[in-house]
Amino acid sequence: MTAEMVPTGALGGLSPGLILIIGALAVPFLKEQARGPYLLLLPVLAFFQLMSLDHGLMGVVSVFDIELVTLRVDRLSFIFGTIFLIATLLSMIYQYHVKGWMEHTAGMIYAGSAVGAVFSGDLVSLFLFWEGTAIASVFLIWATRTPEAMAAGQRYLIVQVGSGVLLLAGTMVHYGQTGSLAFDSFDVETTAGLLIFLSFGIKCAFPLMHNWLQDAYPQATVTGTVMLSAFTTKLAVYALARGFAGTEILVPIGAVMTAFPIFYAVIENDLRRVLAYSLNNQLGFMVVGIGIGTELAVSGAAAHAFCHILYKALLFMSMGAVLLRTGTVKGSELGGLYRTMPWTATFCAIGAASISAFPLFSGFVSKSLIISAAMKEGYFVTWLVLLFASAGVFHHSGIKIPFFAFFAHDSGMRPKEAPTNMLIAMAIAATLCIGIGVFPGPLYAILPYDVSYHAYSLEHVITQLQLLIFSALAFTVLMRTGLYPPELRSTNLDSDWIWRKGGGWVLGRLEAAWRGASAALQQGAIRGVQRFVANLYKAHGPESALARTRPSGYMALWMTLLLGVFMLFAFI
Amino acid sequence: MSLIQAISAAAGGAAAVPAGPALGLIEQLPGLQVALPMLGAVLAALLRPGWLAYAVMLVVALLSPVISFAILHEVLAYGPISYEMGGWEPPVGIEYRIDEANAFLLVLVSIMMAMVTIYAPRATASEIPARLHSWYYAMLLICFCGLQGMAITGDAFNIFVFMEISSLAMYALIAMGKDRRALVAAYQYLVIGTIGATFYVLGIGLAFALTGTLNLVDLAVKLDPVQDSRGALAALAFISVGIGLKLALFPLHLWLPNAYAFAPSVATALIASTATKVAVYILVRFVYSVYGVDISETMAYDTAFVLLLASIAMIAPSLVAVFQSNVKRMLAYSSVAQIGYIMVGVALLNEAGLTGGLSHLFNHAIIKGCLFLAVGCVVYSTGITKIDQMAGLGRTMPLTMGAFVVAGLGLIGVPGTAGFVSKWYLIQGAAEVGYWWLVAAIVIASLIAVFYVGRVVELAWFREARGAAASPRAPAPEMLAVTWALALAVLYFGFQTDISAGVPAQAAEVLLNGYTGGAMPVAETQGGVSLGE
Repeated sequence: MTAEMVPTGALGGLSPGLILIIGALAVPFLKEQARGPYLLLLPVLAFFQLMSLDHGLMGVVSVFDIELVTLRVDRLSFIFGTIFLIATLLSMIYQYHVKGWMEHTAGMIYAGSAVGAVFSGDLVSLFLFWEGTAIASVFLIWATRTPEAMAAGQRYLIVQVGSGVLLLAGTMVHYGQTGSLAFDSFDVETTAGLLIFLSFGIKCAFPLMHNWLQDAYPQATVTGTVMLSAFTTKLAVYALARGFAGTEILVPIGAVMTAFPIFYAVIENDLRRVLAYSLNNQLGFMVVGIGIGTELAVSGAAAHAFCHILYKALLFMSMGAVLLRTGTVKGSELGGLYRTMPWTATFCAIGAASISAFPLFSGFVSKSLIISAAMKEGYFVTWLVLLFASAGVFHHSGIKIPFFAFFAHDSGMRPKEAPTNMLIAMAIAATLCIGIGVFPGPLYAILPYDVSYHAYSLEHVITQLQLLIFSALAFTVLMRTGLYPPELRSTNLDSDWIWRKGGGWVLGRLEAAWRGASAALQQGAIRGVQRFVANLYKAHGPESALARTRPSGYMALWMTLLLGVFMLFAFI
Repeated sequence: MSLIQAISAAAGGAAAVPAGPALGLIEQLPGLQVALPMLGAVLAALLRPGWLAYAVMLVVALLSPVISFAILHEVLAYGPISYEMGGWEPPVGIEYRIDEANAFLLVLVSIMMAMVTIYAPRATASEIPARLHSWYYAMLLICFCGLQGMAITGDAFNIFVFMEISSLAMYALIAMGKDRRALVAAYQYLVIGTIGATFYVLGIGLAFALTGTLNLVDLAVKLDPVQDSRGALAALAFISVGIGLKLALFPLHLWLPNAYAFAPSVATALIASTATKVAVYILVRFVYSVYGVDISETMAYDTAFVLLLASIAMIAPSLVAVFQSNVKRMLAYSSVAQIGYIMVGVALLNEAGLTGGLSHLFNHAIIKGCLFLAVGCVVYSTGITKIDQMAGLGRTMPLTMGAFVVAGLGLIGVPGTAGFVSKWYLIQGAAEVGYWWLVAAIVIASLIAVFYVGRVVELAWFREARGAAASPRAPAPEMLAVTWALALAVLYFGFQTDISAGVPAQAAEVLLNGYTGGAMPVAETQGGVSLGE
C-alpha cells in the first residue's frame, strides 16, 4: 500500500528533477553575470542529490486520496537520471553565452521535467512531468522567432500534448480497472496499456508518428536542438523500458525505425535534419532492445541511450557551432571549414566515429549489446536489418556530416572557431565518448542488470570493421569517380550497385509521388477540417439555432415539452 | 476553526469547548443568516447616499461568512441543526434545517457575496448612475437574502417564497445593466422565470394535496408509502422542470446567456456563481432527500433522460461558446456547459458522481466568479466586452489577464486546479457504472473548453494591443485583489481538497441516505492507492 520508507538523500526525498525545476524559477530574477554560474550549479547540485540517494521509493506526496511517489530510485531510473543530468550540464555549458533568461529557464524546466519523469513512481507524477517536458521544450523552438519555427513549434506542441492526453486517458482507465497508479509494466493488449503504449510511442517517434521530430528539431535554436535531442525521445525510451520491456511488437517497430530514416537522411541537405533522421534510426536500436526484453537487451538499450545522448548531443553541438558561425547548415553550401574551425571539426569527427560505432568509441560498446542480444534470441531478420542500419548510420552521420561540413569542396567560408564555452562542452562530450569506448567497465557497472559482456571480442570487432571498411570503400570509390554530386541529391551509398545507378531516379520518383500524395492528403485534410468547422459554425455559431436569442414563448414550449417527456417516462 | 470556537464561546458565554451545541446567540445563527441581509437591504434602500448603503452591504457581507462557517462547524461537529422560525414547531411552523449539504452551500454563497461586495464599489460607480446606487446595493442584498433563504430553509413553500425574492431582485439587477438589451433580457427572464416558479408551486401543490404537509422532512416521511403514485410522480416532474429552468438545464437555458451578458459586472459575478448553484441544490434536495434515491428505479427513464440532457449540455453550449463574440456571453454559455457537468454528477446517482457534482458546484462557482470578475476589471479599465477587441490585453493588463488564464485553466480542468478535482470524481463516477461514452463526453467537453478559453488567451497574450486595449486605465487594486484571491483559490483547491471535495463527499453521503434514511447501498469507491509493491 504505502511505499517503504528508506533513508533519504542529502536534500531529503526531493527529486533531482524538482531541484532543477524549482531552481529554474529563480533564473529570470538573476543578474546576467550570476545567471551562468547558477545554471551550471543546478545540475551539479541535482547530481549530488542523486548520488546521495539510496534505492527505493521516496518523496511520497498525498494529493487528495492518491499517493504520488515523486522519487523512485532503482538501477533503471538511476542510469537515465545520471545521463540526463550530464546532458543538462553539457547543454548549460554549451549555451553559456546565450543572453536573456527565456531559453535558459525553459531549458532548465525542460531538463528538470525529464529528470523528474524518470524518477516518477506513479502515473500521475509521470503525466505531470511528461506535459512539463512538452510545454517547456516548445519555447526552445519558438525562441528562433522565425514564422516557420513558430508554426513548427505549434505542431510540435499539439503532438506532445496529445501524447500527454493519451497518457492521462490510459492512466484513468488503468486506475479504474486495477485501482493502482503504479508506473510498472503494462500489458499492451488491455485498453489502458494500449493508450499508454501509443502515448509513449508518439514521444518515441515510432514510424508514422515520427514526423514531428524532423519537423521541429531543425527549427529550434542552435542550443535548443542540443537539449531537444537529449531528453524527449530518450524519456520515451525509458518509459518503454519501464512499461513495455519484452513487448514483442516493439521488435519490428524498432527494426523499421532503424531502417527507414536512412533513406531520408541520405537525400536530405539540411545537416541538422540529417541528424534528426539519424536520431530516429538510433532510437530504433533501443526500441528493438526493449522489445527483445532480455536482461542483456534492456541493458543494451539503456547503455545505448546513455552513449547516444552524448554523441548525438556532440554532433548537434558541432552543427550548432557551424550554424552559429556561418548561418547555414545546408550541406551544399558548406565545405572546407576545417581550416578555420579545426577543433569543431575534430569533435564532430569523434561524434561521427561514435555514432558509427567504431571500435574504441562509445557507440561500439553499446550497440553491440543490442545486436548480440538480437542474434542470441534468434531474431535473424531483425539482426540483418540492424546490420544494414549500422552501415547506413556510417554513411549519413559518420561520413556525410563531417565530410560535407568541414571537408569536401572549399566553400570559401572562413568562419571563426566556435566560442570557448561551446568548445568546452564539445570537448567534455568527446572525452566521454572516447572514455566509454575505451573503458566500458564503469558504464556496464551501472546498467539495469548485471551483464557479463565483452564488447571487444574478436568477432565483434571484425564484424564491425568489415561493415565500416566496406562502406568507406564505397564512399571513396564514389568520390574518386565523381559520382558524388555536390547537392547531395543521390548520395545513396549504403546499398548495392543498382541503387547507385537507378537510386537517384527511383528515389526522385518515389519522393515526387510521396510529396504529391502527401500534399493531396494534406489538402484533403485541410478541406475536411474547414468543412467540419463550417458545419460546426452553422450549428453553433452566433446565428445558429442553438445560440439565437429566442422569444419567451419558445422557452415555455420547451418547458411543456420537457414536462410531457418527464411525465410520460414516469408513468410508463 | 479556533476563530469560530472563540466566536461561539464568546457568543454563548460557554466554557472553552462546549459539550453540545452552544446556547445563546449561536443558536439563533440560522435565523440571523437570513434576517441580516434582509434588514440590511431595507436599511440600504432607505439610506440615500450610495456609500452609506455600501457600508451596510459591506458589514452584512463580511458578517455572513463568519455565520455560515460557524454553522458549518456546528453541523460537522454535532450533526444537523433544526431551527424553528418564530418558535412555531414543525411541521406546522417553518423549520430551518441545516445538514452538511446546505451548510456547505451557505458557506459558498456567503463567501462569494463577500468577495463580490469588496469588489463592488468602483465597478458599480463606473456602470450604474449614482442615484441608483442605494437601490442597486439593496437589490444585491435582497438577492443574497433570497439565495441564503432557499439554501437554509426546510420548508417547501418557504423555498418558493425565497426563490421569488431572489428572482425578483435578479430581474431588477439585470435590468440595471448599461446595455439597452439588458431590459429585454431582464423582462424575458422575468416571464420565463415566473413560469418556472409556477411549475414548482404546482409541484409542491400536488405533493401537499397528497400528504398535507410542506415540511421537507415530514414530506419525505409521508410521501414514502405513496411515492409511486401518479400524483407523487407528477409532483416530482413539475418540480424538476420548474427547478430545471432556474438552474438552466439545457434546453431550458435560453434565459441565461443574455441575462449574464448584459447585467452589470458585479451582479453577473454574483448570479453566475451562486444562483444556479442554489437551484441545483434544491433539485438535489427533492430528488435525493425527499423522494430518496430508490425513486430512480421507478423513474429510470427520467434519470437516463436527464443524463442525456446533461451530456448534451456539456458539449453543445461549449461549442456555441467557441463562436461567441462577446466575452461575457461566451462565459455564460460555458456556464450552461458547466451546469451540464454538475447535472451529470447529480444524475449518476452514485457517491463518486454526486461528490463530483457537488464539488464542481463549488469549484465552478469560484472559477466562474473569478472569470467574470476579471472581465469586470477589463470592462472597468477599457470598456471592452468584444473578444476581438481584447487583443494585446495580456500586455497592457497582465495581472487581470493572468487571473483570467489561471481561472481558464481551472475551467478546462488542468491538473493542479480545482476544476480537475471535480472532473476526476465525475469521471470516476461515470466509470463506476461503466458509462464509457460519458467519460468520453466529459473529456471532449473539456477539450472544447481549451478552444474557447484558448481563443481569448491567444488574443490577449500573443497579439499587439490596439485601440482601447492599448491604453487601459489602471484597474482598482481591490478589484484586482479579489480577482486574484479567487484565482489563487482555484489553484489552492486543486491541491487542498478538504473543502472542495471532502465536504461534498460528506454531503453526498448524507444526501444519498435521504431524510428517511433510505437503505441505498452506497457503492464502494476506491480508497487508497497501491503503489510500488
